[in-house]
Amino acid sequence: MAEADAAIDTRPMLSVNNIEVIYDHVILVLKGVSLEVPEQGIVALLGANGAGKTTTLKAVSNLLRAERGDITKGSIEFQGERIDALTPAQLVQQGVIQVMEGRHCFEHLTVEENLLTGAYTRRDGSGAIQQDLELVYSYFPRLKNRSRAQAGYTSGGEQQMIALGRALMSRPKMILLDEPSMGLAPQLVEEIFENVERLNKEEGVTFLLAEQNTNIALRYADHGYILENGRVVLDGTAAELRENTDVKEFYLGISEGERINFRDVKHYRRRKRWLT
Amino acid sequence: MIFFIEVVLSGLMAGVMYSLVALGFVLIFKASGIFNFAQGVMALFAALTLVGLMEKFGMPIWLAIIGTIAVMIALAWAIERFMLRPLVNQEPIILFMATIGLAYVLEGMGDILWGSDVKMLDLGIPQGASDWMLDSFDIYIEKLEIFAAATAAVMVTFLAIFFQKTRIGRALRAVADDHQAALSVGISLNTIWVIVWSVAGIVALVAGIMWGSKSGVQFSLSLIALKALPVLILGGFTSVPGAIIGGMIIGVGEKVAEIYLGPIIGGAIENWFAYMLALAFLLFRPQGLFGERIIERV
Repeated sequence: MAEADAAIDTRPMLSVNNIEVIYDHVILVLKGVSLEVPEQGIVALLGANGAGKTTTLKAVSNLLRAERGDITKGSIEFQGERIDALTPAQLVQQGVIQVMEGRHCFEHLTVEENLLTGAYTRRDGSGAIQQDLELVYSYFPRLKNRSRAQAGYTSGGEQQMIALGRALMSRPKMILLDEPSMGLAPQLVEEIFENVERLNKEEGVTFLLAEQNTNIALRYADHGYILENGRVVLDGTAAELRENTDVKEFYLGISEGERINFRDVKHYRRRKRWLT
Repeated sequence: MIFFIEVVLSGLMAGVMYSLVALGFVLIFKASGIFNFAQGVMALFAALTLVGLMEKFGMPIWLAIIGTIAVMIALAWAIERFMLRPLVNQEPIILFMATIGLAYVLEGMGDILWGSDVKMLDLGIPQGASDWMLDSFDIYIEKLEIFAAATAAVMVTFLAIFFQKTRIGRALRAVADDHQAALSVGISLNTIWVIVWSVAGIVALVAGIMWGSKSGVQFSLSLIALKALPVLILGGFTSVPGAIIGGMIIGVGEKVAEIYLGPIIGGAIENWFAYMLALAFLLFRPQGLFGERIIERV
């Protein structure tokens, strides 16, 4: 009995098992990606453009289907239950919400209205929603000052806060955060990540985030997966990845000793792209 | 002077009738970015159904209206299920083409179901000149037009509150801004589309009733959609008040131009005045009077 309980406790909150994703029935984007996110963890998906980070997140939140993408193999489990057939709306109700790359605020709605749309699926009354609105404002005081402004006229940093705050309004257990650093000044990127860390520690929100900025992602995440060409090529704790020579070389831009000749660079891609 | 006021007033009232059609366009455009070419035919179809239910099934007026609303909601559901859902994430132009097809389907369906002859629509809306206006101000106005204006006012108030203050209204505006983001926060696009097409169907019914009472329910009713186009360009495709005020400007402009400019350049201005005005707006203010500013961040 005690053993069974322990087994449940160590089960990850989210597990993605060997999924394959095809767009438009022909374009194979993910070729068997597996990963696990523990409860209250921050896990980073790293890799270059087109590696499959966004697709992985969208496979979990099931925004894929609206883009003519399909999961053709594998399974996705959240808290021990299959979620690959649920609609995005059902997933939000279960506590999984995605913050999309490029922020995607509702431009013509005010900042406050944007936040309130995040509570669309909730049925627990306007009192509780109002309370959460205050909570979001306490994390992002700048949004409070601008609550009546049209979101389209706010700055990039503010829009990222709106997007994050909007997701928070749904009372999520897990936020899938896609490329939060995109197009933001380094100082703002730092601020966003500090907020992610606070939300994780204080509100207990689990994060799975996709990031090209490997350096900052590995500073805040506990665990990282490196994707290349639709496959996970490397994974480990953030500390391990930071010390890995290949990661240093290719993703952090630090090389030890002499500059390595480009011809000698070890590629993760074993086969050429056009053969796969 | 009395004559001038009469011209302006009758223009205003005619304008409200255009506005009623334009309103349906705005709703669907706002929530789904689709320019619904079938809006005029929807008004015709609603009016046909209403008359048909009353004539063929002998329903009383109130029951026939409820029945027609039910039909329009069922239609909205069918449109979502069989037209919008398979076309999700397609270019706006493709959806626009689909609504052209829808217009023909609805026209044919109306013909098959209810026959193609001109029908009278008598809902007991008062007809003829308003005696009160005639007696106290010596101004000639149709009662029907006053009734239409009052209905439009009530409807716009209701819609404005619905869009600005309710959860569903906010979700509708969110979907209008960004489909994908709306999807990501858990707004079900399918539900939203059914709601918005239902509301547009009911607005079409009101427009159909007013136009049907004025000139009989006939297939040329679907052409009033053409007059709604300049109204939309003037008022802005995304603004409910814009649709109303745009309609009034067009209505008044038409009548005043016809009567005071007409004799000078040989008449028949009423037919093209609206389109010229729309053209001028496209040149100088493409988002219309009340359209949402196109926000572009650099």
